[in-house]
Amino acid sequence: MDEGKILACGAEVTSANIGSDAAVVDCRGLHLAPGLIDMRVFIGEPGASHRETIATVSAAAAAGGVTTMLATPETSPPVDGSATVDYIMRRARDNAKVRIGVCAALTKGLAGQEIAEIGSLGLAGAIAFSNGSQSVRSSQVMRRAMTYARDFDALVMHYAEDADMARAGVMNEGEFAARLGLAGIPREAEVIVLDRDMRLVELTGARYHAELVTTSLSLEIIRRAKGKGLPVTCGTSINHLTLNENDIGDYRTFLKMSPPLRSEDERLALVEGLADGTIDVIVSDHNPQDVETKRVPFSEAAYGAIGVETILAAGLRLVHAGKVSLPQLVSAMTIRPAEILRLPQGRLAKGAPADLVVFDPDEPFVVDPVELHSRSKNTPFDEARLQGRVKHTFVNGAAVWTERARA
Amino acid sequence: MSPASASLSFPRHLLGIEGMSRPEIERLLDMAEEAVNVSRQVEKRRSVLRGRTLINLFFEASTRTQASFELAGKRLGADVMNMSVSTSSVSKGETLIDTAVTLNAMRPDLIVVRHNHSGAVNLLARKVSCAVINAGDGSHEHPTQALLDALTIRRNKGRIEGLIVAICGDVLHSRVARSNIISLATLGARVRVVAPSTLLPVGIERFGVEVHRSMESGIRDADIVMMLRIQRERMEGAFLPSLKEFAQFFGLDDDKLKWAKPDALVMHPGPMNRGVEISSSVADGPRSLITEQVEMGVAVRMAVLEALAQHLPNG
Repeated sequence: MDEGKILACGAEVTSANIGSDAAVVDCRGLHLAPGLIDMRVFIGEPGASHRETIATVSAAAAAGGVTTMLATPETSPPVDGSATVDYIMRRARDNAKVRIGVCAALTKGLAGQEIAEIGSLGLAGAIAFSNGSQSVRSSQVMRRAMTYARDFDALVMHYAEDADMARAGVMNEGEFAARLGLAGIPREAEVIVLDRDMRLVELTGARYHAELVTTSLSLEIIRRAKGKGLPVTCGTSINHLTLNENDIGDYRTFLKMSPPLRSEDERLALVEGLADGTIDVIVSDHNPQDVETKRVPFSEAAYGAIGVETILAAGLRLVHAGKVSLPQLVSAMTIRPAEILRLPQGRLAKGAPADLVVFDPDEPFVVDPVELHSRSKNTPFDEARLQGRVKHTFVNGAAVWTERARA
Repeated sequence: MSPASASLSFPRHLLGIEGMSRPEIERLLDMAEEAVNVSRQVEKRRSVLRGRTLINLFFEASTRTQASFELAGKRLGADVMNMSVSTSSVSKGETLIDTAVTLNAMRPDLIVVRHNHSGAVNLLARKVSCAVINAGDGSHEHPTQALLDALTIRRNKGRIEGLIVAICGDVLHSRVARSNIISLATLGARVRVVAPSTLLPVGIERFGVEVHRSMESGIRDADIVMMLRIQRERMEGAFLPSLKEFAQFFGLDDDKLKWAKPDALVMHPGPMNRGVEISSSVADGPRSLITEQVEMGVAVRMAVLEALAQHLPNG
């Protein structure tokens, strides 16, 4: 590596030819991969630094092997003006250990009524456009936003959820919600809007990324759209791939998420969708919440879970279970998001940015929230046994994380 | 303690019927029978809870359940304090844990809690060191109501096993329905739920109940017809076209009651919407067990308090 770029990789690199002034990191028995790219992270700035800051979230990312985060626009104020994009980029430059890409708002104030200034936000540095966790309700506004985005070849990312159908609900609809006496959100709340969006992609030709698909029905829609050759990709969260609604157990609010954790059948369908390539991307959907908004009755609790630091270890559950291969898992966190966001990182290639993660895929550990770097501790993997430890993380050739020796 | 009684030992809290075994429920019903006798005497006071403090903590208004617990506690000799906390006036969730911690510091022995959110009582129980009794949480459970209903049925029919019990009306929002479904199924009854589909939770068929969408099929040959209160205050969204239409198709009146067994009995947890889910002539008629349910409520709550008291320190 030199000047932050990968100079050479593979068998051509030997101790004889690296040169005497090269620093060598011994990775025997470990795996080397491109640094992970997480396309859905709430970074807390501006407006919610009691939940997270760029410094804390980037420390969490570095410890988790994530070297690029795409920041969600759902801040306060939302990222719907060039000044806010600029602010985040400056704050990231000064405080972040890892790269932070800005995803700007698709509509002004995320209100779903007027298109945001996609052109100038793009010039300011935004690399994608999303409406956060507020689905755009009006088909007409969505159509215009996509039509307009198409002119700039901008990536439209959308969280598909029918707000009316989902509004009263707090968990997945079904037997378990009925037993807990909690109002349910049906799968159709996601599917109806996703289906609409596919029509709009066909109509407008916009590049579209479904941010969080969580049901088998959604996968059918994505498969059909991809089969037609539409410019459509999709992601799901690590939580939906590794947890299900039963994990809520005795009203555990850390498992309250949006979209809700689904049934085990749906989870298995998602894992299959990851294995067959229908799902392009795995995100952490990192959403730090302070304890006051989680230590309340389930229906009143805030949605969301942290995850950027545990995304790799949690994902390795699927590898250890033999459901997906290690390359399939890693590519959904590296090369696929890089391709969708048109970023040069996410690959081990000559000339690519030297963003790297070195990890032991087998080392077991128990998740201790106290050890996590995020400012908030709402991990759904609280006290879970995971396998897979990040040993070193490099961004632009510089070490940003080295695991300290454990007693 | 002998092994047999150890296996029947009561948990520290009563948070729900779910998880209770048939012998546990039956033992509580047996204890409640004794409490009925105590309550019918002139001298009603016993000393099981003498020196103990019972707090009724109601985040949701309730006259009868609160009064029932208050009497039950007093008849067992406890000092009873009633606290009504309006959830709307305080800033929501924090108050629950704050209130729990504050009350806990006053060293009560038992707290009876009603809350408008499902799971709130479970949450509170984790934050206090005393025994907690769920007096109704959201749409989740109302265990003492299910116990009093079981007692009422057993006293009038001599058994529960094998009876057909039709639970009718707003099952979706009803904690009474959930607790009764679990309790009556555990005790061997054939449980039916009868409601328009918009008032049935998705997944209800997996509770081991028969699901009926018409009163005619739902209460045919029923031994017990249990009507639920229409929860007007929880009617967010269009669950029903009108109360009038609901009354027409699902309200229990003398005509519909003819579909049930000739000796079928009628129950309602109260308070009733007369003319909506139940007609006055049925509610006040000879087959109504509604006032007896109220009497059994006090007895069952005495039994529950007594059972939990066995676990109190220095008990």
